[in-house]
Amino acid sequence: MGIRFVLMVNKQGQTRLAQYYEWLTLEERRALEGEIVRKCLARAEQQCSFVEHRNYKIVYRRYASLFFLVGVDNDENELAILEFIHLLVETMDRHFGNVCELDIMFHLEKAHFMLEEMVMNGCIVETSKSSILTPVQLMDKTS
Amino acid sequence: MAMHGMRGLSVFISDIRNCQNKEQERLRVDKELGNVRTRFKNEKGLTPYEKKKYVWKMLYIYMLGYDVDFGHMEAVSLISAPKYPEKQVGYIVTSSLLNENHDFLRLAINTVRNDIIGRNETFQCLALTMVGNIGGREFAESLAPDVQKLLLSSSCRPLVRKKAALCLLRLYRKNPDVVNVDGWTDRMAQLLDERDLGVLTSSMSLFVALVSNNHEAYWTCLPKCVKILERLARNLDVPQEYTYYGIPSPWLQVKTMRALQYFPTIEDPNTRRILFEVLQRILMGTDVVKNVNKNNASHAVLFEALALVMHLDAEKEMMSQCVALLGKFIAVREPNIRYLGLENMTRMLLVTDMQDIIKRHQAQIITSLKDPDISIRRRALDLLYGMCDVSNAKDIVEELLQYLSTADFAMREELSLKAAILAEKFAPDLSWYVDAILQLIDKAGDFISDDIWFRVVQFVTNNEDLQSYAAAKAREFLDKPAVHETMVKVSAYILGEFSHLLAKSPGCSPKEIFNIIHEKHPTVPTSTIPVLLSAYAKILMHTQPPDPELQNQIWAIFNKYESCIDVEIQQRAAEYFALSRKGAALMDILAEMPKFPERQSALIKKAEEAEVDTAEQSAIKLRAQQQMSNALVVIDQLATNGAPPPPQVNQLSLVKMPSMSSTADHNPADQALSVANGTLSTVDPQPPSADLLGDLLGPLAIEGPPAAAVPSEHNVVSGLEGIPNVVDGAAIVPVGEETNSVQPIGNIAERFHALCLKDSGVLYEDPYIQIGIKAEWRAHHGRLVLFLGNKNTSPLVSVQALILPPAHLKIELSLVPETIPPRAQVQCPLEIVNLRPSRDVAVLDFSYKFGTNTVNVKLRLPAVINKFLQPIPVSAEEFFPQWRSLSGPPLKLQEVVRSVRPMPLLEMANLLNSYCLMICSGLDPNPNNLVAGTTFYSESTRAMLCLVRNIIVSVFDPGN
Repeated sequence: MGIRFVLMVNKQGQTRLAQYYEWLTLEERRALEGEIVRKCLARAEQQCSFVEHRNYKIVYRRYASLFFLVGVDNDENELAILEFIHLLVETMDRHFGNVCELDIMFHLEKAHFMLEEMVMNGCIVETSKSSILTPVQLMDKTS
Repeated sequence: MAMHGMRGLSVFISDIRNCQNKEQERLRVDKELGNVRTRFKNEKGLTPYEKKKYVWKMLYIYMLGYDVDFGHMEAVSLISAPKYPEKQVGYIVTSSLLNENHDFLRLAINTVRNDIIGRNETFQCLALTMVGNIGGREFAESLAPDVQKLLLSSSCRPLVRKKAALCLLRLYRKNPDVVNVDGWTDRMAQLLDERDLGVLTSSMSLFVALVSNNHEAYWTCLPKCVKILERLARNLDVPQEYTYYGIPSPWLQVKTMRALQYFPTIEDPNTRRILFEVLQRILMGTDVVKNVNKNNASHAVLFEALALVMHLDAEKEMMSQCVALLGKFIAVREPNIRYLGLENMTRMLLVTDMQDIIKRHQAQIITSLKDPDISIRRRALDLLYGMCDVSNAKDIVEELLQYLSTADFAMREELSLKAAILAEKFAPDLSWYVDAILQLIDKAGDFISDDIWFRVVQFVTNNEDLQSYAAAKAREFLDKPAVHETMVKVSAYILGEFSHLLAKSPGCSPKEIFNIIHEKHPTVPTSTIPVLLSAYAKILMHTQPPDPELQNQIWAIFNKYESCIDVEIQQRAAEYFALSRKGAALMDILAEMPKFPERQSALIKKAEEAEVDTAEQSAIKLRAQQQMSNALVVIDQLATNGAPPPPQVNQLSLVKMPSMSSTADHNPADQALSVANGTLSTVDPQPPSADLLGDLLGPLAIEGPPAAAVPSEHNVVSGLEGIPNVVDGAAIVPVGEETNSVQPIGNIAERFHALCLKDSGVLYEDPYIQIGIKAEWRAHHGRLVLFLGNKNTSPLVSVQALILPPAHLKIELSLVPETIPPRAQVQCPLEIVNLRPSRDVAVLDFSYKFGTNTVNVKLRLPAVINKFLQPIPVSAEEFFPQWRSLSGPPLKLQEVVRSVRPMPLLEMANLLNSYCLMICSGLDPNPNNLVAGTTFYSESTRAMLCLVRNIIVSVFDPGN
């Protein structure tokens, strides 16, 4: 399975994007997001980027006001996921130009679409930025 | 910053953003939901654009944590929109909101299929992505061949094929029985030759799934993986777009090395040489650089290479390089690298001969145990736990105990459990064990589970040399001013049992011991009082010659608690009081507890349970599992019906395999029963009836229907091998001319059924006698005491009790007196050993004379199969591989039971629990299925794992 979910949460703990690759009910999601936010946002900068939670791990990275939290299986390669987060951010950067929290909020559909081009069913599909963005640009053209 | 034309959505998002608190947000969301609902209701006026806008709003609202079930239909309907923008929204939002079990999804299957087989690439991609994310069984059934075709098609562009690969992976994982991967070896090999790195990345994930399931089929792909790795590591033909900070796709490198870890070895010398060259380059050539991203990416590859080298465990020299690297990593400041260093060193413990080298780093690891970061402390704790053995247990446990006082609450329970296990497993000497464990209880009382102190008691009871030492220590701890409740319990228990060994030491007279314990009495909670009462009773017994003052003091306490509202306390107080007045009898009854049978420490079991699961298993675990697949599997099927079970049919007796299940025969013929071969069966039981157990334990339903109704073929039941006619249908009816005059009180069958689920109760009663039973079960041993009580004022004579054991049970009945005096009760213990699995039941042939009446009854003894079960939790990765590895009878039985109404899940769970089958919740992806595990004990099989899976499928009646 690999990646179980991708969350983007601002430093107030508000969810800005949530994509799950295993089915959770709304209540479960709410509880999980609450727990994770409590755990991760309280951590100091010099602490490591991995947090063990229930029976999986959260690999997270902070960019300005936004936290990117990725839930992965225990035996996933943590550093590879950590850099995958960065790849996602760079990709959004290339599209939005200096991406910020507001871009993701107001262009939720594009953020979702980009993520969908990168991760499918918890596995990495594509890591080339231009291949990821081609369909997104197509969407811009047609709408 | 408005969305393209979706102004309403932007306004809504701004509004939400401006909300000051959750309540305002809720109000705004409610308003919007009302709006969306109304718009959806009058669908006529809705343009596709508007629909799209509202569906996005729904996703947004859903992300905020509000229910949007009402709009699922709208999202799904957008999939069928002819234009790309709407269709795209339909696909993305549907895969976010719905899961494979949603009925609406079915409506879209045709559209999805048309999109997949159509010519429009972008539509293909959208459809494949959605199916890849949420596709379930029906999708697999109707789409798998098309998806396979796309993946392998040479005319298809990479952007479609990479999605097809992961789509197929999903369909295969969810329904391995539907997606046929036989003969995929060649196709997979072909896919691994792919030049496009996007397709290759996806295909590698698919490959990992296939290989993890059956590596043997994919040997030929192994050199291809090595080739891919070589291509990346040497940066040959890797497009710029796929290099990340100068590193050729670190993700594909990692995935490829992961795939290689599913092969046990690499035999081909050439492939092996190339691989080791690549690994060597990675191990030696990864330097620490300034750029964080580059550093992380290169170390991601390095750590995966380490894992692969450890897995291959081949080149001594390379292994020592790995250890050296890890030793370096666990000492660096950079927290991520240190964390991973500790984690991987723990994995390295699994490699043989590495323990000693790792032990050299003990001091360094202990510093990490004190790191401010809990993630790092956890890893350090795990590593210390794993590397502990007799040589370093003292140091490590003392380190853990010291850390316990400052550890954060989140870790204390785990820490205490681990310290307790290590102390027990590797104690260099027994007194050290007692010291360590009492210190542990003293320091971490709140985090000490009952298991821990129970284990101390077992340990001390079983080691005579330890008893007086433990008692002395317990006394010392009780002397402290503030003592934790658990410490009071364990000390009271030990002192009650063993303080008499200290009687000669100063301050240890029974009276003094009593006072020390009783001092704590006002502060302890109710749950501790029973332990104190037992300790008092024991002290009283050990006080020889009796000390009248102490006696009065203790009696006063018993008296006080005789009216306690807590039943347990009340009973103990009353019984101890009565017993302690019996003088010498007290000595027998309260004698020292016998040694506990040696069994796996409950603590270690608990620790094993706590081990976390992962979906994709590591290669090492997988191998371990492949080696132990001779587990026994039992499918439980609870066929019941309102009517009493029909007479037993002879096939039943042929079922000699251990099984909790009743078999087909219990169903009336009209309940057409089909046994599905090869596929997992559906079990759809009706609510349990009183006869459920009769069904379960069916073969010898000797007290079932009245004798007359039992057809003669009943005798054919050969369950009791070699004991003819015992199971005659008429057996239960008292034999003899005057039998009719003595009627049993209560229903014998019901009593038996009740006793099958509990361990004490009445087995039989008539106007003259009551036969009670009390039983204890440990693994394949059982001890059963028959209480024969004469209810009359005149004696019962010619009492005879005979056990007719089935072949699988060894039963020894102690002597039964010929006469039971008036109003007296005699006890007859029975020792039972379960030799092998069988569902036959032992019978007690009991007779006595009262006046002129001769009464003879044959009673089934509740020494039934579930008494030899011990519930055991099973994790998903233990369960399913074993489950699948058992293909069919005799090790796996499955039954399909059709019925109108399934038994409520909870009821079913309770039922399984009462048979000592432990429900493992959350194991089965479908919440309506129950999965349970248990261990069956018999002398010939010893502990045997039994698994049960209960699947409930509702079938729609096409007529409705």
